[in-house]
Formats: sequence, C-alpha cells, structure tokens
Amino acid sequence: MNVEILARVQFAFTIGFHYIYPPLSIGLGLMLVILEGLFLKTGDRIYEMAVRFWIRIFALIFGIGVATGIIMEFEFGTNWATYSKYVGDIFGSALAAEGIFAFALESGFLGILIFGWNRVGRGVHFFSTIMVFVGSLFSAVWIVVANSWQQTPAGYHIVGQGMNARAEITDFWAMVFNPSSVDRLLHVWVGAILAGGFMVLSVNAWYLLHRKHMEIARPTFRIALVVVATFSLLQLFLGDRSAGIVARYQPAKLAAMEGHFDSSARADMYLFGYVNNRTQNTSGVKIPGGLSFLTYGSFKAPVTGLRAFKPADRPSQVNSIFQLYHLMVACGLAMIFLSLLGCWLWWRDALFKHRWLLWVFAFSVLLPQLANQAGWFTAEMGRQPWVVYGLLRTSDALSRVVSANQIIFSLILFTIVYIVLFALFLFLLNRKIQHGPVDYGTKETIEDGSRRDNPILEHEASQS
Amino acid sequence: MNTFLGLDYNLWWFLVFGAVISGYAILDGFDLGAGSLHLFLRKEESRRIAMNAIGPIWDGNEVWLVIGGGALFAGFPVAYAAIFSAFYVPFMVFLVGLIFRAVSIEFRSKEPWSWWRKAWDIVYCFASIVISLSLGLMLGNVVEGLPLNSDREFAGDLLSFFNPFAIMVSITTLALFMMHGAIFLTMKTENRLFVKLHVLANNFIVFFVVSFVITTLYTLLYIPHLSDFFKSRPGWFTIPLLMILSIANIPRQVKIGKYRFAFISSAITIALLLIMVAIEVFPYLLYSPQHPGNSITVYNAASSTRTMKILLVMALIGTPLVGVYTSFVFWTFKGKVRLDEMSY
Repeated sequence: MNVEILARVQFAFTIGFHYIYPPLSIGLGLMLVILEGLFLKTGDRIYEMAVRFWIRIFALIFGIGVATGIIMEFEFGTNWATYSKYVGDIFGSALAAEGIFAFALESGFLGILIFGWNRVGRGVHFFSTIMVFVGSLFSAVWIVVANSWQQTPAGYHIVGQGMNARAEITDFWAMVFNPSSVDRLLHVWVGAILAGGFMVLSVNAWYLLHRKHMEIARPTFRIALVVVATFSLLQLFLGDRSAGIVARYQPAKLAAMEGHFDSSARADMYLFGYVNNRTQNTSGVKIPGGLSFLTYGSFKAPVTGLRAFKPADRPSQVNSIFQLYHLMVACGLAMIFLSLLGCWLWWRDALFKHRWLLWVFAFSVLLPQLANQAGWFTAEMGRQPWVVYGLLRTSDALSRVVSANQIIFSLILFTIVYIVLFALFLFLLNRKIQHGPVDYGTKETIEDGSRRDNPILEHEASQS
Repeated sequence: MNTFLGLDYNLWWFLVFGAVISGYAILDGFDLGAGSLHLFLRKEESRRIAMNAIGPIWDGNEVWLVIGGGALFAGFPVAYAAIFSAFYVPFMVFLVGLIFRAVSIEFRSKEPWSWWRKAWDIVYCFASIVISLSLGLMLGNVVEGLPLNSDREFAGDLLSFFNPFAIMVSITTLALFMMHGAIFLTMKTENRLFVKLHVLANNFIVFFVVSFVITTLYTLLYIPHLSDFFKSRPGWFTIPLLMILSIANIPRQVKIGKYRFAFISSAITIALLLIMVAIEVFPYLLYSPQHPGNSITVYNAASSTRTMKILLVMALIGTPLVGVYTSFVFWTFKGKVRLDEMSY
C-alpha cells in the first residue's frame, strides 16, 4: 500500500474516533449548564441528582476526548510534515490559540466541575461549569477555523517555490474569518449540541422504559427534547448555508455530493441513489432540478459539474461522498422529525405513553453521531485531491521521511488501542447508566449519600 | 530585523517556547513522577490518595504539552515537521502512553473489584514511566543533534535514537520526575503514607543526583561542543552554579521538613536544567552534527514576522489568563488530600 493512502486512513481513523467525544462534551456541557442553572434557580434536588449524574458521564467522555485529541495535534507533524511546513504559519497559530485560550480554560475548570461539588460554593461551581462549556465551544472555534482555511484559504500569500513553498499570513482576521469559517463553525457547534442532547434523551428514554428514576427522567427528558427540537431545526438552516458556501467556493465538492457530472447543466437532487464512479453515471430517486433550485433559486439554473474539472483536480471517490452526504442529510431530517414528533405528543399530553417511541428515542443517540461523522467525511473527502483547496495536494503533503511500514506499525497500534478503549468506554458508560443518578441526601446524611455514588466506598460499605 | 525590546521576534518566540516546555516539565513532571512511583505504594488506600492528589490538576498540566506543540508548530513549523516525523516511532509510543495514562486515571475507580484496580494501577505506573523515559530520550536526541539531509529532514534510523547520551538523559528525566513527584506527594499526604513518601523522596533524590552526575560527566568528556558556550563565557557559569545550589537545597529542605520549599527547589532545578539546554543548543532547534549546514535554527525554521507578532500578542493575553485560573484551581485543591464521593 502506498504511504498516501495509509497516512490518510490513519488520519481518518484517529480523527474519526476522536470526534465521537468532543461533540458529546460540548453538547453535554450545555445540558450541564441548563440542569445546574435550574438547580440553582429552583433548589429542586431532582436537578442536583440529574446534574451530578451527568457530570460523571461527562468526566468519562472528556477524559477519552483529551487522550485521543493529543494524538491529533502531533499527527500533523508525524505524518504530514510537508503540510506542516506549508501551513505552519497559519494552521500553527490557530492551534496555539486553541491551546492557550480553549484547552487551558476547559481543563483548568474541569477539576472544579468534577471534584469540586462539596468543596466550593454553588455559585463558583456553576461558574466553573459555564467555563468548561465555554472552553469547549472555543476549542471548536480554532480547529474549525484552521480547517475552514484549508477549504477556503484567505488572508495569506505564498512564499518560496516547489517543495519550499509555504503560506504566510497577510491578514490575521481575514484568515480567521475566511469565507467558510463562521457557517461551518455554527454547523459544527449545533451538530455537537445535538450529540449531547440526544444522548440525554436516549438515556432518559431508557430509564422511562425500565421504570427507573422516573421522577428525574421525565423532567430531564423534556428539557433535552426542547434543546434538540430547537437545534435540529436550526441545523436545517445552518446546513443549507454551509452547502451554499460549498456551492460558491468548492463547486467540485458540491457536484460530488449530488453525483452531478455534466459540466454545465441543470442539477438534480437525489433522495437516495448510487453513483457509478467508472461510468460517471448517477441513478436513484431524485427531484429534477432540485440542486439548481437550492443553489440558485431556479429549477433550470445550470450548476458546474464534475467534468468541468480536470480529473486530477476533482475528487475521484464520488459515490462515497454522495452516500456520506446523503446519510448526513437523512440523519438530520430524522432528528427533526423525531424531536417534532416528541414535542407534538408532549403537547397532546401523550409523550411517555408510547413504548415503541421511547425505544426509538433510546437508540436516537446514534443519529447525531452518524451525521457528524458522515458530514466530516463529506467535507474532507470532497476537498480531495487537495489538502489545502487549490493550493497543496494531499499527495505532496506527506512526511517524506516516514515509510509505509512505520505508518502500518502505528496504524495497527492505534487500532488495537482504540478498540480496547472503545470497549472499555461502552462498558463503563453502560455501568454508569445502569447505576443511575443518586440521591445524595441532605447535608446531615451526606456520608451515606456519598457512599451510594462511589463504587469503591459502596463496596467497602457492603463488606462491613 | 524586527525587534521587540531589543530582541528579535525569533528569539522571543524561542524564549516563549522554552518557557512553555519548562512549565510543562515542572507541572506534568510531578504528576508523571507521582505516577511512576505509584507501585511503590502498596496499600489500596495509599494508592487512592496518591492518585487523587493529582486528580483535579493533571489534565490542566498536560495542556501545557498541547500549548508547547502548538507553539512549536506555529513559530517554527520546519522544526515541528522535522522533529515529529523523525521521532515517528518513539513519539507514537509516547502518545499511546499518554492515552493509557489518561484512561487509567479515569477508569481505575469506576469499579470496586480489586483485580480491576490493580490492573489499572499497573497500567498507570508503566504508562507514566514510558512517557517520562520517551520524553527524556527525545530531549537527549534533540540536544545531541540528529542527522539531517539538505532538505532539513531526518536522515537517520530508529536505532540511532538509542545512543548512550540519550539513554542517560532519559533515565535522568525519569529520576528527576520521580523525585519531583515524591516531594509533591509529601505535601499532599499525612501519617504513615507521608512517612513512606518522605523515605521515597530521599531515595529518588539519590537516584537523580547519581544519574545527573553521570550524564554531566559523560557530556563533558564525550560531547564537548555542548559545553562550548559556558567555557567561552565564564560569567554565565552562574547558571550551572545556581543549579547545583538548587539541587543541593532539595535534600536539605526535605530533611528539615520544609516540603514546599523542596518542591520549589526541584521546580527551579527543572527550569534551570532546561535553561542550560536552551543556552547550549541556541540558535539551533535541531543540530545536524554530520552536516552543520543542514541544521535547523530559530531563523531558518521560523514563521513570518507577522505571525511571530500575532503569536506574541496571543501569549501576552493568554498567559495571565492561564496563570489566573491555574492558580485558582490549585488553590481550591490545596492542602492534604481529602477523599470524598467525587474522588477517583
């Protein structure tokens, strides 16, 4: 296998695995802020139990997110040395900003969030929760800015030639607010909030199905339902805006997303279908002229197709991009449908009456995860063969001193480690969910309450 | 050349990068050290206390590594690219170590079974040791220099990393962290565990001093160019002198029970060691002994001056902020470890 494919597989695998966790941290962060805010406002212990339960889940997710995230920062240097030299001036400053402004904030206050409940005042703890949430939002900012610059470069000039060419910043704010930054960031944020919101929905649906912790599960379920209904509708709007940016700045990617080959013709929108990469033919159920309408407001408007680009300048895996993009859209629509259905039943006072629906909600946690992964794969595969759109080819971006064997070694290493990690994660997550929220009791009985929530203390107590 | 307060931007960013790496070594150094000595503590309760002593802060400490990586990437992308593609295998091992360490801290207390906790104790301890050793190994190789080709890319092989000097630096780093970590834990513990850590701290001081002396002698005898700077400028000898005083102060403070001062001393020792390293290697970030012309310096590896300025502004805004909330978190968890229901 060649180094380029291996390096891409490794990057896709490690970033894909990493990306399970940060969106959950962002989304759960918002849920923690809401639940703790409600606890402070109402003083209702139901919310205390809920928020402290979710803090424990948050800690588990955050830990794995950090561990798998550190890999990413250095993988640019290990596998993509030429890329690192090329974009260091730009990408590096975004990454440095991420470290100093976002990660430091998150990790600093994380200690208080997780360990500080009885150690600091309620206000200080709430403040820490907010800071962790804000930090996680910030950390999305800089990495999405850096990635958006790769999609729609701005505020730079090229210095040097051939292998020594590199991009240098000419205008920092133009680089930060490059044409796609803001829309993509909002799209990513909302995707992350949906990941957290649906996780809360799913766990509480499971409690309701098993008639456990009902008094906590009902209100938390409703709060999460409001969150996901709001944000899944918002995502429809933001997704459309992101697609508009792609249409404007990366026409080849847009054409690949809908399997549109004709260089300049009316473009259809497929509900589902199949692209034959070899014969360059797309078939499936379609709305004729749909893509033309969404892009230019007219069913007849011509849209630039893939054949308008030289084969070397456009993505080759069109079918994969097509399928992933449609998977993302389908998941997004399913989220909207589910959350609106939930709201409608709530209004009819029948929210918790249908067991089948609760089961659907229990599995709905997978929808935002699938959509997030599929969306990123679309964005990154659609940009090929470029790593920096129009400027640097992926095949030129590699570390020239790294051999295929070294990458195979690390790929096998990470595959094993991540499989173990994922199995442990699911196991512990399941145990925590089974264990559920705990009533910590009043100040006087806090000792007993504490025992109930700590596996080690609980174990000791049951032994004596 | 653009300058700021009389120094050019490249030098400024080299200083910032050095400060971040020192910060990382001092902060993550004590929790890596505490991890490396974990299995010396035999009782379950002792291990829990030791792990909770670093529980709320280790993650914040590790962020300094992320900031350091970003600082190198942003300021000296050529060096970032060369160093991490050169150290491909050791660095992957280091990263896997970081993963296992992070999850072992997170997972250990999640189940009551003793085999579960013992298994994670072992993972935690070995991961900490592997991280410390590989950090030292990479530092040793950077200090000594690596073979580079005319494109300023690595031209050696994996085995060349395991040379005597790098191995000595590696062991010294582990010893330093273990000493630093043991002293940190003495500040956080009480009663019998505290007595045990006092003894351990003394042992690790001996371990560190012995490996430090051997490494220094080896350097002076076999890698003379590393001490050129100090030989030609006697006035700068104050720095090694200060370092020796600071090392000597550690056992003294431990003996009279002033653990906080001992900790400060060992933190200063780490900083001074890295300052010496920085002085010795400057202006090289990666020296190529065979072909010095291929070396990577703070000038030929740097980003544009505009980026340097942006980075300095970020550092000037960010550092006080990080300082404020790091102190706040440390202050919240100051004093001896108290286990409660939120503890690991």
